[in-house]
Formats: sequence, structure tokens, C-alpha cells
Amino acid sequence: MAIVTPQRPEALAPEQTPSAPSRFLRRPTNTGVYGLWGWMTTVDHKKIGIMYSVTAFLFFLVGGMEALLLRIQLGSPDNTFLRADTYNQVFTMHGTTMIFLVIMPLSAGLANYLLPIMIGARDVAFPRINALGYWVFLAGGLFMYSSFFLGGAPNGGWFGYVPLTRNLPGHNIDFWVFGLQILGIASLTGAINLIVTVINMRAPGMSLMRMPIFVWMSLVAQFLLLFAIPVITVALFLLGFDRLFATNFFNVAAGSDPLLWQHLFWMFGHPEVYILILPAMGIVSEILPVFSRKPLFGYQVMVFSGIAIGFMGWGVWAHHMFATGLGPVAVSAFSASTMFIAVPTGVKIFNWISTMWKGKLSFPTPMLFAIGFVTMFTIGGLSGVTHGVVPADTQQTDTYYIVAHFHYVLFGGSMFGLFGGIYYWYPKFAGRLLDERLGKIHFWLMLLGFNLTFGPFHILGLQGMPRRIYTYPSGRGWDVWNLVSTIGSFVIALSILTFIINVIKNRKPQDVGDDPWDARTLEWTIPSPPPEYNFKEIPLVTSRDELWHRKYTEDENGRSVRRVVEAPASASTDIEPAADGEHSDEHGDEHAGDHAEEHEPHIHMPSPSYWPLLTALAMPVICYGMIYKTWAVAILGGLMEFGCLFAWALEPATAPEDLPQHEEHEAVPVS
Amino acid sequence: MSTITEAPGSHAGVDPVHPPTSTGLTNEKVAMWAFLGSECLLFGALISTYLLFKGQSLPGTIRPKDVFDIPYTSVSSFVLLMSSLTMVLALAAIQRGDHRLTRIWLLTTALLGASFVAGQCYEFTVFVREGMNLRVNLFSSSFFVLTGFHGAHVTIGVLMLLSLHNLSMRGKLPSSKAETVELVGLYWHFVDVVWIVIFTLIYLIP
Repeated sequence: MAIVTPQRPEALAPEQTPSAPSRFLRRPTNTGVYGLWGWMTTVDHKKIGIMYSVTAFLFFLVGGMEALLLRIQLGSPDNTFLRADTYNQVFTMHGTTMIFLVIMPLSAGLANYLLPIMIGARDVAFPRINALGYWVFLAGGLFMYSSFFLGGAPNGGWFGYVPLTRNLPGHNIDFWVFGLQILGIASLTGAINLIVTVINMRAPGMSLMRMPIFVWMSLVAQFLLLFAIPVITVALFLLGFDRLFATNFFNVAAGSDPLLWQHLFWMFGHPEVYILILPAMGIVSEILPVFSRKPLFGYQVMVFSGIAIGFMGWGVWAHHMFATGLGPVAVSAFSASTMFIAVPTGVKIFNWISTMWKGKLSFPTPMLFAIGFVTMFTIGGLSGVTHGVVPADTQQTDTYYIVAHFHYVLFGGSMFGLFGGIYYWYPKFAGRLLDERLGKIHFWLMLLGFNLTFGPFHILGLQGMPRRIYTYPSGRGWDVWNLVSTIGSFVIALSILTFIINVIKNRKPQDVGDDPWDARTLEWTIPSPPPEYNFKEIPLVTSRDELWHRKYTEDENGRSVRRVVEAPASASTDIEPAADGEHSDEHGDEHAGDHAEEHEPHIHMPSPSYWPLLTALAMPVICYGMIYKTWAVAILGGLMEFGCLFAWALEPATAPEDLPQHEEHEAVPVS
Repeated sequence: MSTITEAPGSHAGVDPVHPPTSTGLTNEKVAMWAFLGSECLLFGALISTYLLFKGQSLPGTIRPKDVFDIPYTSVSSFVLLMSSLTMVLALAAIQRGDHRLTRIWLLTTALLGASFVAGQCYEFTVFVREGMNLRVNLFSSSFFVLTGFHGAHVTIGVLMLLSLHNLSMRGKLPSSKAETVELVGLYWHFVDVVWIVIFTLIYLIP
């Protein structure tokens, strides 16, 4: 919008001024930073994506061990394996970990790695902010887990209901409040970055309706994050003020209404549910067409149902609160909206089935996980609809039926989808395939263990077993199903072990080629693993499922026929030129160009930076200072934060040393 | 949004640091709008909290009409609104390439903003003297946290304006960087608009 007048010679753009390179914190450049230091200062979206995913997986192991502790405790009645207080800490951290430190960052990691490549970009819009997102996430996670060594972990549940969390003694809840604030900053910066990337950095021809569906679903999820995070930020600020400064927000004695917390929390919490599931839905929508050898059924409908879920996700939060006495009007409205949101979700399920219908199905591990997702998520979705029925929900509230439901959508849904994505894109990330036999063992064990663990929760819930209890008396018909569930949880653990073995065993480099699955999207046009700049030449996109159309065309009967493009000399010999002449010509040229250029191209990439890491490290310092009310530490952290941000703002995105040569000649000032 | 303006394949002459974008808007501007969208929800939640707790304070404790000094706050609101005008003038100046005026208007905007924050500090001090601190009742808690959050936003804006002024003094804010001023301006206007809402809902409507 702004009318930018041409640059005047009087002033010199800061990018080109060599900012006084002090010996302290000398800026790393693109050339010559390797090893650990290279990872710590990287701004490459692929490395950041890998760091997100690996860290999230490590947290997944921690959260999974917590789950095993819980299941051991609940495996038999009147068990004394965990004390009540320990149980509270472990179940709070299990929920918080799995949501904020596993599924969200795992989705963020895949999105980070894949979104730029899928839209034909060389990096994200703000590479340093991207790095900041990761380091803040790590700092927040470690900060929260440090509570185990500092007097006890958060013990108020992942939902942190007031006035309980306002009044619990000790610093446990403080760690939860401030840890989530830190994680919120990570999510917010990540969301802004990915939104701008997708909106602004698409390759020529990559219109919105040609974007791969995973890009679309991640985009919707990032928008949900953008608007949901500030709501929980406020809720946590109110609670934090109450705990630190004895304000009255949730002080019932001062006339406060503790329902405010539930409203704010679930205003965030329900969009959050879709933040967790939408990326997995996108992954599954990528996998199913590839292994059905058919395009995704109803692409537009899939896109719009995803958007519809994103919008409607804001109008259903009170179904978490049916038992709180909202009044008949509110309850009816939220009941209706809750059932209504099942419609776009159901549309998606039918589209997945239709994608597979009459396809040439093959069943490698990613496909198994995708089908596992569709089936398990459908079960979870159906029990979700029953929550929309208010009389039933009133009965189910705070029972294991609820626990069954959200594990079917979050584990049976999100985690199955994410594992499918890991198996599917692993060759792209690592340049080698995971073992199919172990992969299948992983899948079947996980499917079995998952249903053994969480299936019985439906029955337990309907039999009236309340959630959040650390033990129960025998003789209520709960004993057998709890034991089954505990056994199932160890089967899940075994399946995860299979996955770890699979990753560790497959370290030998293989030649998987660019496109081992015969897939459809742009990430499979580049080498595995991709070079730092992703694309030697920014691709020109002419259709949805770009790669498929580069590889295949249709004969007169509408059947897919493989193009012959590998021969570098003539673009198309076997196909009739009339069928699709212009496309094959273009691509023939492009391929010829790719092969001709043997040497490493000089492609400008942003330079590494310390500031994201240091900026992130300042945040826990502030929070420790706040929690222990040692204001000097908090102020020190604040100054550190301020200084880092300032230094960051003054640091050019690209170090002068990394600028292309011809530019430098122009840039060197005369003065 | 989906139209592609640049000719495909014409990347040879493209600025490597700022390649053309799909929308034609710079990444920074789209990011700022996204951030401000997020901020709307932040202030929305805080204002809702205030309004929900309005009139729920225990009887006999301090009430808004006991402490509010409408004429005083009107003046400081006017000061803040005027700073939006000077912000616009600063942007116009840098787009014209008039760096002296740019600095003058940036500094004026920062001073007006700082006056507002100083006024708020004074107001808070008076309130505390009159026996209203953070923990007196629901009104005091929600009032101080809401307006305090806004004050913190203004303070951050003042710091950004002073940084811009400093950059300009050192010759590091050429007209080609006018968009940086525009982005700070977007933030500044947003903070002003939020104050209009707060002032109307909290001070003016009884």
C-alpha cells in the first residue's frame, strides 16, 4: 500500500553496513558452521522441523512413561503404587505434555519441514522467528519439567480448573502457568510465521486451490492458534496474578465467578482440539491418494470442510461445561452447534473412503496408519457426537467415557496420523526408508494396544468410573477392564519400542530416489534429503497434484498413462503431443535444465543467528524470577530479553559475508 | 490473493533478500496484521473479564464512580489520540524523503505516548492513595490488569518509536525503509483504537 520512493543515496541501508563485529557473539555465517553449533544457530526450516519433531518425540516418550505409571497404579483396585499427590502430578503432566509438548510441536515440526517445500518456497517467511519458536518451545518444556526437581510438578490437571488451582499451595501450579505462557509464545510466533509463509511465499502458479491439502489444514490450524493462544494467555495471566499478587479474579470470597476460567480455557481449548487434529487430517489426506493411486476425492469440499471446522470450532466450547448449569438456552445452542460440527467432519470421513473406493490400493505402513486414523477417529468422532446430547453428556461428564473419547481422537486420530506422516515422509527427511516389516509390526501392535487400552474406558465410563481418581475400591465391576487397559498400555509401549528399533536399525544410507512412493506433491520433486535451498529453480506450478501431472497424463479413455520424461533429449516421444503438449514440453525443459546444472548453485539463503536461542533462554529466567518473587532475577531476565530483541532487530537477516558477491560490490559504501 | 503477478521464471533480476510475494504485500506487513488480529483476542478477553465482573464487587468496597476522574482521563485520551495524527505525519514525511520532519514527528509521537503513560502512572498513584490497590475487590483487580496491559503496550510502542528515531539519527532509516515506520504505525494506531474502546466501555458507560 505504501508508496515507497526510491532509495536516496543519503542514507545507507543497514543491511549493507557491516555492524561492528565484536569478538563476543560474532555472527555465524552460512559457510563454516557445522555440528552442534550449526544446529543451535540454524535458521533452516528443515533442520528446525527435525529438531521440533525429535524433541516432541522425546517428550512423547516421557509422556508415555507417565501414562504407564498411571496405568500401573490403576491396574488393580486399592493400589498403592503411586501416592495421591504423585498421581496428580503425573496425570497433570501426562495431559499437558501430550498436548503442548507432543502433538502440537510434532505437527509444527512436520509443517515447518514440509509447508515451504510443498508450496515451492526455499524457506519460511521469517527464518529467525522460526528458530525462536523452536527454542522457546524447548525452553518452555524444560522449564515446566524442571518443577519435578523444584518441589513438585503441576498437580491441578491439564485444564487447571479454578478455584482449585488458585488455592493449591506450593509452586507446582506456578510452573504450569508460566510454562504454558512460554509455550504460547512459541505457538504464536510459529503461527504467524507459517501463515505468512503460506499466504505470501507460494511458487508461481501455486494458487490457493492448488495447494496440497496438508498445507491447507495446517494453515487453518495456524489461524486457530493465532486466535486461540491470546485467550489462554489472558486466562493464565489472570490466574498468575491471582497466585502471585493475590488479585481477586478467581477469588470466590470476593464475589468472583470461577466459571470465567472455564469459559476462557475452553474458548482456547476447543479450537485447540482442532489445532491438534487438523494437521493429522491433512497428512492422511496426502497419504490416501498416493496409495490409492487416485486424486483426493472432493478436494474443494475437503478444503472448505476444514475451513468450516475452523470457524465452527469457535462456537462449541461450552459443551465442556454442560454440567455447570449454564441454563437451557445456552445448553441447547451449544448442543446444536456441537452436533453440527460433526457434519464437516463426517464429510471428510466420507471423502477419505471415497478416495480409496475403486482405487488401486497398496498397503505400506503409511497407508496402514492412515486407514487406522480414519477408523479410530471415526469411533472417537461418534462418541463425540454423544457428548452433544445433553442428557447423555450430563451422565458422562467426568467419567472415563470422556477419557475414552479424547484418547480416540487424539491418539487414535492425531497420533496415528502423525505416525503415518513420519513413515510417509521419512525417506524425504532422512534419505532412507523405514523397514516395512517392523513398520507393520509397529502398526498392528499399536492398533491392538490402543484399542485394548482405551476401548474399555467406554465401558468403565458408562459404569460410572470417575476420571481423575488415583485409586478405586474393588467390587464395582471396574477391576477387569482396568487390568485389560493396563495390559493394553504396555502393548502400546512395545509398539513404540518397535518404532525406535526401526529408526535405529535403519541408519545405512540407501538410494531411495526423489520419489519412492510415486507421489503427487512438490516435495517429491527434490532430492532426499533436500538441499538447504530446497529448489534449484523455483518450480512453476500448473496444476493441483503437480508432480502427478508431470509424471502422468490421461489417455483417451481417461486412464492414467505414464509420461516419458526421463529421456533428456526429446520431451515426449510416446505420448501424443496433442494430448498435453504444452505441459510435457515445459517439464522436459525443466528436467533438462536440472541435469545440465551439475555444480552447486549459488542460492542466497538467510544466515544463522544466535539471537533466537538467546531470546528464548531469557524467558525461563524471567519466569523463575517471577515464581520465586526474586524480582532481581526477573528484571535481569527482562533486560536480557530486551537486549536480545534489540540486537536481533538490528541484525540483518543475512550477514554481509553471506550476500552474493556482485551485491557486495554495490553495497560497500564509499564513505 | 491467488493471483500471481510476477512473470514466471523471471527470477534473474529479483532482489535475493526480498523476493516478490504472492500477495504483493511484504511478509512483514502480513505478519503485523496477523499479530494485530491476535492482539484483538487478547484485549477482547481482558475487556470481557472486566465487563463480566462489573458490579460484582462486594458491596461496600470501592466502585468505579468513587475514583474515576473523567475530565482528567479525557485529556490523556486526547493526548493519545493526537499521537495517532503525528504518527501519520511521520509516515508521510518519510515517504516524501523528509528525514528531519520524520524525526520530529516520531519524537512527538513518542512524547505524546509517554505523556499518556505518565498520566496513567499518576492516575494509578492517585487511585492507590484513595485506597484502591490490586487486591481490594474484583473491580480493582480487573481495572488495573486491563489498563495496565494497555499501558504496557503503549510503553512498548514508545520504545519502538524511540528506536526508529535513533535509527534515523544515525542515518539508518532511509526512505526505502518507510515500511518499518508504517508497521510501527499500524501497531500504534491499534493500541489507540483499543484505548478508545477501553475508555468508552470502562470510563464513560456507567
